[in-house]
Amino acid sequence: MATITELKDTVTQIRRDIVRMVHANSSGHPGGSLGCAEFLTALYFDVMNHNTDFTMDGINEDIFFLSNGHISPVFYAVLSRRGYFNISELATFRRIDSRLQGHPTPHEGLEGIRMASGSLGQGLSTAIGAALTKKLNDDDSIVYTLHGDGELQEGQVWEAFMYASGKQVDNLIATIDYNQKQIDGTIDEVLPIGNLTAKLEAFDWVVLEELEGNNVEAIINTLNRAKELTGKKKPVAIILHTEMGNGVDYMMGTHKWHGSAPNDEQLSKALSQNTETLGDY
Amino acid sequence: MEMKDTRSGFGAGLTELGRTNQNIVALCADLTGSLNMNNFKDENPDRFFQIGIAEANMIGIAAGMTIGGKIPFTGTFANFSTSRVYDQIRQSVAYSGKNVKICASHAGLTLGEDGATHQVLEDIGMMKMLPHMVVINPCDYNQTKAATIAISEYIGPVYLRFGRPKVPNFTPIDQKFEIGKALHLRTGNDATIIATGHLVWEALEAAKTLSDEGISTEVINIHTIKPLDNEAILKSVKNTKCVVTAEEHMINGGLGDSVAQLLSRKRPAPIEMVGVNDSFGESGPPMKLMEKYGLTAADIITATRKVITRKLND
Repeated sequence: MATITELKDTVTQIRRDIVRMVHANSSGHPGGSLGCAEFLTALYFDVMNHNTDFTMDGINEDIFFLSNGHISPVFYAVLSRRGYFNISELATFRRIDSRLQGHPTPHEGLEGIRMASGSLGQGLSTAIGAALTKKLNDDDSIVYTLHGDGELQEGQVWEAFMYASGKQVDNLIATIDYNQKQIDGTIDEVLPIGNLTAKLEAFDWVVLEELEGNNVEAIINTLNRAKELTGKKKPVAIILHTEMGNGVDYMMGTHKWHGSAPNDEQLSKALSQNTETLGDY
Repeated sequence: MEMKDTRSGFGAGLTELGRTNQNIVALCADLTGSLNMNNFKDENPDRFFQIGIAEANMIGIAAGMTIGGKIPFTGTFANFSTSRVYDQIRQSVAYSGKNVKICASHAGLTLGEDGATHQVLEDIGMMKMLPHMVVINPCDYNQTKAATIAISEYIGPVYLRFGRPKVPNFTPIDQKFEIGKALHLRTGNDATIIATGHLVWEALEAAKTLSDEGISTEVINIHTIKPLDNEAILKSVKNTKCVVTAEEHMINGGLGDSVAQLLSRKRPAPIEMVGVNDSFGESGPPMKLMEKYGLTAADIITATRKVITRKLND
């Protein structure tokens, strides 16, 4: 098990991977990716019981679905740094003939990806399906998901929220990346999602709120609490307060870096704020 | 002639699968009775999933259930199986390459009295455009049952389309269903009639009448619209040199479209299409609607005479 210091080093390296990948193509989504670097690191390097020798069926292991597929840079960086595929492949992100498509897909056979995402709002449904199959298979592993907060404006998510509690899908932990920003502005400017805790509780979910969504230790603790709450006839949600663009000062506190790439100068600045720890790809 | 609905063929096939394959799971969006899924539900309560009126969620759950080895069959009306959930099918099923069987009842005009909101006539077109999606539209009860069983053995996404009304059950009870294999129901020399679904019986009726007039037609049952049995069609047209297609679907995007595309590339020949011409349906008794929208044996006869005339005047 990695120490907290080692996890923080991993996060720093993943931040570098993210900005370098997006910069290299002048395209991609750095803001949300940076905001979730600690969460995905906590999940893949500590909390989940998983096998980097990838199988699509994921029998007897915890599995994860990324519903907000546009934060693919952090997903790819975490998967490769964890050993699902070689880090050198990060250089192919968004290039032609790459397995690292703009949005994640199993279509190109990339290890670690079980479902395409990008068109928003679909990931909770697919995760519920996987969780139901785990129950049928007497597999007591857990299914994890991550969703954007803006993504909750999609109606299908609420169909899935209703189903998961109504049918007691209790081997499921859904995390909401609550950075309160989306492409066109803040959530409140675009379409307020209101009191999310109250809404999810009204949908009969167990809701945990983590205010320090960019503190890897805090995230691990919350995920472990969530794990203890599984198997009790209710699905579990984590509202994870994160900072879009976390770790790169000029990307923080704004929605502007949702889907914009840094230029050469901006890249240098971002990298100078995140010193190489594990070696660049 | 025994009259039976194709949706009951689906229900019977699903019941059999429930008994023979423990990996089969069934999902339904509040239409268990209409889809004849009750038997499966009663015999396999742990493998039946009532999703509620939430078709998008149903498709997503089905896609997810394949992870770990289950073979999900989703059931709802054809309209709610396709146009309502097209993006979910596109991303979570087709692009993700999931082994989901989308089973769609009450397709076309013969849904009848509920009217155009429910009478999908575009589903074949939508589904055949998705890469690697198999599209099947069997013609009667026996064939629908056989198709339901056959698609469980094929790995990959499948769209299985069937209907509501009782229609003649004329294909063999013990038939082996081969995906993508056209069935020659009648041989002839003057024209080839290529039909799918409920129109296959109408095509046979038309062929009988035409035969009495001295017109000899070949009738081909295309139960699999994608992948299309190009070889069987081209072989027949090589002999007859003209074609009528017939389907309970929009002409745009349907079987006729696929056949025309094939012929224009490989063997140009006059073609007439029996189908719905850029129009919504409406409420009414199923067979009256088929008459009003020109989807009967009489319409196939008219189209056949016309296409033969065109061929002779070429």
